[in-house]
Amino acid sequence: MTPVISMSGVEKTFGQTRALDQLDLSVEPGEVHGFLGPNGAGKTTTIRILLGLLQADAGEIGVLGGDPWKDATELHRRLAYVPGDVNLWPGLTGGEIIDLLARMRGGIDPGRRADLIERFDLDPKKKARTYSKGNRQKVTLIAALASEVELLVLDEPTSGLDPLMEEVFRQVVREEAGKGRTVLLSSHILSEVEALCDRITIIREGRTVETGSIQDMHHLSRTSITARLAGAAPPDLPGAHEVQVSDGQIRCEVDTDRLNDVLGRLIAVGVQNLVAQPPTLEELFLRHYVDRPADGAAASAARSGSMR
Amino acid sequence: MSGTLAGTGKLIRLVLRRDRILLPLWVLWMSLAPVNFVSMTEELFPTAADRQEYAATSGSDPAFLALFGPLHNDSLGGIVTQRLGLVPLIVALISILTVIRHTRTEEENGRRELLGATVVGRHAPLAAALTVTLAANLVLALIMTAGLSGSGQPGGASFAVAMQFAVCGCVFAAVAAVAAQVTVGAGAARGVAIGALGAAYLLRLAGDAGGEGNALAWLAWLSPVGWAQQLRPFADERWWVLLPAAALTALLVAAAFRLSARRDLGAGLLVARPGPGTAAPSLSGPFGLAWRVHRGMLLAWVAGLAVLGAVFGGLAQGVGDALRDNDDLKDAFTRLGGEATLVDTFIASGMSIVGLVVSGYAVLTTLRLRAEEENLRAEHVLTGPVPRVRWAAGHLLFAFLGTAAAVAAAGLAAGLVHGLNSGDLGRELPRILGGALVQLPAAWTLAAITVAAFGLLPRLSAAAGWGALVVFLFLGQFGALMGMSQRALDLSPFTHIPKLPGGDVSVAPLVWLIVLTAALVALGLAGFRRRDYTV
Repeated sequence: MTPVISMSGVEKTFGQTRALDQLDLSVEPGEVHGFLGPNGAGKTTTIRILLGLLQADAGEIGVLGGDPWKDATELHRRLAYVPGDVNLWPGLTGGEIIDLLARMRGGIDPGRRADLIERFDLDPKKKARTYSKGNRQKVTLIAALASEVELLVLDEPTSGLDPLMEEVFRQVVREEAGKGRTVLLSSHILSEVEALCDRITIIREGRTVETGSIQDMHHLSRTSITARLAGAAPPDLPGAHEVQVSDGQIRCEVDTDRLNDVLGRLIAVGVQNLVAQPPTLEELFLRHYVDRPADGAAASAARSGSMR
Repeated sequence: MSGTLAGTGKLIRLVLRRDRILLPLWVLWMSLAPVNFVSMTEELFPTAADRQEYAATSGSDPAFLALFGPLHNDSLGGIVTQRLGLVPLIVALISILTVIRHTRTEEENGRRELLGATVVGRHAPLAAALTVTLAANLVLALIMTAGLSGSGQPGGASFAVAMQFAVCGCVFAAVAAVAAQVTVGAGAARGVAIGALGAAYLLRLAGDAGGEGNALAWLAWLSPVGWAQQLRPFADERWWVLLPAAALTALLVAAAFRLSARRDLGAGLLVARPGPGTAAPSLSGPFGLAWRVHRGMLLAWVAGLAVLGAVFGGLAQGVGDALRDNDDLKDAFTRLGGEATLVDTFIASGMSIVGLVVSGYAVLTTLRLRAEEENLRAEHVLTGPVPRVRWAAGHLLFAFLGTAAAVAAAGLAAGLVHGLNSGDLGRELPRILGGALVQLPAAWTLAAITVAAFGLLPRLSAAAGWGALVVFLFLGQFGALMGMSQRALDLSPFTHIPKLPGGDVSVAPLVWLIVLTAALVALGLAGFRRRDYTV
């Protein structure tokens, strides 16, 4: 199957700033693809290129089998976009904007519209100038979700939603995916990505640093182990990192694919108690987000900071 | 009250920091340009006889009186004062924009909230914006007084001229402070305050056009702009006129603080009412959307220009009457073709003012393209199956046809009123409407310059559009006076517009302007199709 979105070696420079540098992204039909990266990594630039708003300087780009820059108008019939910063026309009501955006894409299913308005708890009669950020996001979400399109491009669509609405959002995206629609979801909310996405791509400084299924990602990450041993800790533990031994207790970070070897060696010494923390996406995320992954101080500082 | 003003000092420093280039620039320019004007006028009218001739002709020409205001005295200073008549309006406009920029715009963008959470009283931003703007006006007046008296003018009269500027600036800064409390959006606040300035100018214009002591002269007394002129610099200054100006400013400032105390952050007094929950069938694409975005402003401009046209039409007959009392002017015009010529000239001048005003609408409406792009609203449309040019066309339709509607409204109103007054509607209406419509190619040229900038240099769109308008305005008002060459004057599209009714029509320049307009629009749209979406 040809991918819905394929980008390879994409570059984009604004003046002196290199926003994208050898970016690769591939989204398969019917999948929910998480798109992650720290602020300023180039996520919005990538999305704007996919939408034909920006022209890439170099690289191969395909969206729904077309060129997003040349075939923009045709492709836009088959996709819907929800931006992260939503500004609406202050004098129009939410209901009017939903209808306008959906009609431009070729019409709206009235039943689906009413259902989404109810589930997202939006008052469509209010003027857009009176909406909060969350309500403005709901307006564009409803317009996009109620349109009959093949591809949904969502750029941090839930940054203004409360937890209740965030849950509604997850349900609705699952429904859309169930209908075979493809979703590109850029997000900072890891629990959301973990709950919704089949595969993820992480970018940093305009470059793809990791891509694959969440399962694959877990293999790439490390499990942290704390154990009280019956005897002396083995001097050499291949696959374990940041090993600390004190008072018969050992703490270490283990490459998940070497877990079996490391545990085997510990059991050989004798384990009195054991705490293992499964790898989290958060940890993986931090490893890629922190400036110099090798720099332990920076990494642990970031780890102790709060994450959403 | 002290709690609500906490942090005002810090905010004043913030305002000064943000405006550290703009503020000194306009204060210096607005205060020193008039000083330069003295020597220019002196070169133009070197002897007392020259100046008396000016006073007897141009200086009492009703079109001049309407545009610039009364000539109180035929000394050099008196002539300078009259010719500076429009500049205080610019000071008032800048004061309005400054106050709203630091109050309602901040609130709309949510930056006010950021400050509100720190130790800043609820009235502090308003107090800071007003303090800086009022102080800037007073500094402007002091520099100007020093400059004018330094160039040999009497000190008292110099101060009176300077206070004309400060009066307009301060009163309308206070008007803007009230407008910022009443409306929700910064755009609406600017509209209300600039509308008030326009109404004040129109009242003064109506009161002055018939010359001193005419039946409508009392109208000028209803207008703060009129008060400024009633200071009568160089002609036994009437200092007490400063009292009502100061009182009105104080009253408006007090009202702004009262209103600010009674409303919530982000809210206005004009509450938004709920609207329809579904869109009408007409709202289904870029054109339907453009209509919703532009209709309010279009209707306001059409109404405003109809009023402006009606005022010119209504004054035209009185102009003919005033002529009978002025032998010098009568002689001059009899040589040119009699009383009818004077009336025509007055209406033609009126229509050229209409042309300038409507060019403002053309630039403003074209800049909506850039505003929609910059605030990301255009993204919603451009990520739909809407070609870029079609999206732009929706807005440009209003820039071009809206401008035509506004010009036609002014021409129809002027023609109707003057036609009925003169008892020859069938003859006057088409002539005057024609005089209005010939302004269109010039106004369209300004819209086209703005479109070209939008397509090629999007970040400079506003600078290009407004800059071109200011340059053309300057060339038209002062170019000839400053002895600039015809070649320089020809740069302005307004130079090529025939003075109708009454003047000669040559079609070629109008055709050229329309060709130029079409070329610039095509260039701009081609550039926009090829360029990146620019925030």
